[in-house]
Formats: sequence, structure tokens, C-alpha cells
Amino acid sequence: MDSKPAAIDTNGQIRTTRPRFYMAKSVGRKLLKDKLVLAALVFIIVVVLLSLMAPVFSPFDPGQGTIWERLKPPVWQEGGSPQHILGTDQQGRDVLSRLIWGGRVSLRVGFFVVLVSGTVGTILGLSAGYFGGRIDGLIMRLVDIQFCFPGMLIALVFVMVLGPGEFNLVLALAFNGWMVYARMARGMVLSLRDGPLVEAAKAIGAPPVKIMYRHIFPNIFSPLLTLYVLEIARIILAEATMSFLGYGIQPPKASWGLIIGEGRKYITAGGWWLVVFPGLLIALSVLSLNIISGWMRTEMDPLQRGKSLH
Amino acid sequence: MYRYIFFRLVNAIVVVCGVSLLVFILTRAIGNPVDVMLPIEASMAERVKLTQQLGLDKPLLTQLWDYFSRVVQGDFGMSWWQRQPALTVALERLPATFLLVGASFLIAFVFAIPLGVMAAIKPRSLLDKICSTGSLLGVCLPNFWLGLMLIIVFAVKLGWFYTSGYGTWRHLVLPAVTLSVLPLGRITQMVRSAMLDQLQQQYIITARSKGLAEWVVVIRHALKNAGVTIITISGWELGRMMAGYTVVIEVVFGWPGLGHLVVESINQQDFPLLQTLTFVIASIISLLNLAIDLTYPFFDPRIKYD
Repeated sequence: MDSKPAAIDTNGQIRTTRPRFYMAKSVGRKLLKDKLVLAALVFIIVVVLLSLMAPVFSPFDPGQGTIWERLKPPVWQEGGSPQHILGTDQQGRDVLSRLIWGGRVSLRVGFFVVLVSGTVGTILGLSAGYFGGRIDGLIMRLVDIQFCFPGMLIALVFVMVLGPGEFNLVLALAFNGWMVYARMARGMVLSLRDGPLVEAAKAIGAPPVKIMYRHIFPNIFSPLLTLYVLEIARIILAEATMSFLGYGIQPPKASWGLIIGEGRKYITAGGWWLVVFPGLLIALSVLSLNIISGWMRTEMDPLQRGKSLH
Repeated sequence: MYRYIFFRLVNAIVVVCGVSLLVFILTRAIGNPVDVMLPIEASMAERVKLTQQLGLDKPLLTQLWDYFSRVVQGDFGMSWWQRQPALTVALERLPATFLLVGASFLIAFVFAIPLGVMAAIKPRSLLDKICSTGSLLGVCLPNFWLGLMLIIVFAVKLGWFYTSGYGTWRHLVLPAVTLSVLPLGRITQMVRSAMLDQLQQQYIITARSKGLAEWVVVIRHALKNAGVTIITISGWELGRMMAGYTVVIEVVFGWPGLGHLVVESINQQDFPLLQTLTFVIASIISLLNLAIDLTYPFFDPRIKYD
């Protein structure tokens, strides 16, 4: 570690240098040793890249099928064609292409839901913890009411009223996902609020918003970040469930959950590839995000560093 | 004690009312039931007539007051789809859901306790690693997909169980096992960490130095003290199963329970039924939470409600 907390630059003024990147090297080295986390990270990066560049990578149009090529099994099974590596679905659409485009939708929903609910939840939690009193009581009562209740049901009601579709799905999932962040942010703010950090900031006359944004938020960001990653995994599962039930992404668009939902009717006839592959992708993505989040938690918390179970 | 129960009951009522209010506002203020119930070609007069019939022309607050005053009398209105009292329709489905949730919870609980305890006794052993890997997998597998995989293997290929339906124990096995995977993993992890905490306490050393048999130390001392955490988490899981996870599992296996009814009522755009269902589910979960709280003094006599 070669960074110094403070240095005198050429003008003779004291400038503080933040030790920003000193961790990057050691973390990178540890990552190479930890094979499981590395594998998870590589998998997620591959999935994200494939999703971002779906138009380039996908061999066929995901919405266009040739009906006489319907329900072709994967290439290694009898009757499969080398054109469609993972087979075709009930409308003769290429399964691999649909999986790539479906990943795009699933990841996008996961990302935006966490972006929206994470921002709202964190801000509400910060305010509740910082101001206390009535604001705290009101926000936490809301959190409690929603916490005691299966969010799935509220999400279904939401979608029923607004009509299914990607945008409404994001709204519905964000609506019942914000409580986790609020709870966590509030808890951590409470432990910082009465400490010397905030006291000093108050003493120099910083306004509350600035204290929250500049002084408290950076200190609680890393635990929150692990939560964001974990929540993306949970939202991917929730999106898959909603789409599977028919209340999420609507055809002819594809999402992993929707592909399973549509392919479900064909499993008794032997069409296993329609459900197995998207399910595996969901499971592996969620697993990878869980592993990464767990690793981040142990790496970022100085008390737990190096205690990672994997 | 009674004071505490009273306060918790008030709290439960607030939660149930809050959820009902939320659903009420969502369905009436944002959605329009009339558009859904009448065909598109219906005339304006028909629309107005139905709006009046349903009482939707009144101000929202009046509607809300009407609704809650009738709910207090036990009248949840008629299901538009079934043309029966919504509460009857909902309660008819309750036994099936209770059976499914009860069976899965039993599976989860019976396996989770010994697995978690054994994993905690020998941390970092092979069993412990299998348990934590298994739990992680259980959390990560989409449960509806797991159900479909079980159907492919055990119903389609092997023919041991049915793909869907309700009636015999052979109908019950697959949905119950599928539903139990997630809580099994989470309860096992919770038992493990709670037991690890307890086994490091001073009183365990005392118990051992008294010469008590190891199983007495583990079961009677450590496990009982870990009880509060385990029961809390198990109750949570039970609550989340009740309406969260059963919905999709019941759809996958064609199980005629509450969750299936939720999806059906949404398909039929049956607002009164959906409103009733959320009320029933919220009440069950609130009562469950209260029941869990009341078991605490058994595990930890220091907890007294007065």
C-alpha cells in the first residue's frame, strides 16, 4: 500500500489524497485465487455482454419462426438440425436466439427495478434514520405493513390493474422492493447519526441534505452495494415468476421466465429443451450474483475480510 | 400479557387494513372495473347503469366507508365471476392450501433442524459444506422451474406421481417437495448460525464441565436457546409460503388452493374476490406472526409480556 493519507503538492498546499485504488490490486489478486467467485464473475460478464450485443450474437430473429421447423430438439439429439443448436420452439423460433434476447429483457428488468427501488428505498431510509421522530415512524410503519405481506400478491394486483407489460412490471416490482433498502439504510444511519462524523459536519454548518449525501451515504454505500447485487438476483427470479404466470413480459417478446411458461405445455410431449435451458440460465445467473454479493460482503467488511466461506 | 396481545392484535388489524386499503385504492382509483366487465361494444347507458349498480359513481371515500363497514359485518360482497359471496369462494380453497403448505413446512422443518444442528456441531465438515451449497442452490433455483423438472423426471419419465391434480397423497408429493426446497435451505442455514452462536456461549462450557452427555448439551441447552431465532425464521417462511410461493406452485401443479384462485381471479378481473383474498391472506399471516410471538416465553423465560 503506497498511498498516503495526506501529501504536500508542489504548490506547498496540503491536499488530501483519498486512497481510492489501493484495494483494487489486492482484491484483483485475491479474485484470481478464488476460483468460484471468478467463475461467477466471468459468467455474469458473459451473460451481460451477450445481452448487450444480442443483435450481433443471436443467430436468428427471436420473434420469427418457420412453422415447419417447429419443436426441433437440440443438435445432439436425434432429429436436431445443426442450424438450431438448442432446438426450436412451438412456433419454430430458434431457442438460442430467444434465450439471448430473453436475457436482455430479464437483466434489464432486474437492473431498472433495483435502480428505482434502491434509490427510493435508500433515500427514504436515510431520511427516516437521520430525522427520526414522526418521519421515521411513518416510513417505518409503511415498511412494516409491506414487509408482513407477500409482495408477489401486491405485484399481481398492480399488474392486473395497470395491465401487463415490461414497464408496468418494473413499476410493480419496484413498488414492493424498496423496503429492504429503507430498513438497511435506516439501521446504518442510526449508528452513524450521533457519531463524531456527523457532529463535525453539523458543526461546520453543513445542511442536512449535504450531510446525508456527502457524509453518511459514502459510509454506508458498500454494505448497500452488496444488497443491490443480491436484490438484482431476487428481482430476476421475481420477473421470471411473473412472466411465467403470464403477467410479466408479454409475447412476442422473450424473457427467460416467459420462455418457460410458453414451453411448459410441451414437456409432456418430450419438449424438455424449452424449459430446461432458460431455467438453467436463471438459476446460474442468480447463483452467480449471490456468490458475488456474498464475496463482496466479506471483502468490504474489514472485520470479516478473508473469512469467505468459499 | 393480555395487554401485549391486545397491542399486537391492534397492530395486526392496522396491517390488514393497510393492505386492504392499498388493494382498494389500486383497484378502484387506477383501474376501472366497468371497462373490464362489459364488452367493448357496450353502450354508454349500460356503462353508467353498471357503474351505479356497483356503487362506483360515489366518491372514493364513501366507497371506502361502505366497503369497510360491510367488511366489519363479515360481508365481503359478491364475487363477480362466481356469483357467490366472495368470502365463501375464498374459504372453500383454504383447506387445499393449508394441506400443501402444511406438508411442505413439515418436510422443511423435519429435515432442516437435524441438518442445521449437525452442520453447526462440525463446522466446515463435509456435511456442513453440502448443507450450505444445497441451501444456496435452493435459494437460486426458480421454484416453478424446479417443479417442472420434477414433473419431467418423476411424472413423465418414471410415472410415479401425477403431473397435476388434487386428491390423493400421490398428487401431494411433488408440489409439497417443490415448495419445501426454499424454506428448507433457509431454515437449515438459520439453525446452523443460531446453533453456532449458542455453542460458543459460556453456559455450554458449564454444561459440559458438569459432565452432561453431549446430546443433552446440544439438544436441551443449545437448541432450546436457539429456539427463538429458529421459530421466528420458520414462521416467516410459513407466512411467505402462504401466499407468495404457493401461487406459482399451485399453478404449476394445478392445485386448487388460494394461490391458484388468486391467479384465476386476476384472469377473470374479479376485484371483490381479489380484495377478499388479500384480506384473508393478510389476516392469516398477521395471526401467524402473533402466534409466533406468543411462543417466545417457552424458549426464553426472560421474555415476558407484561
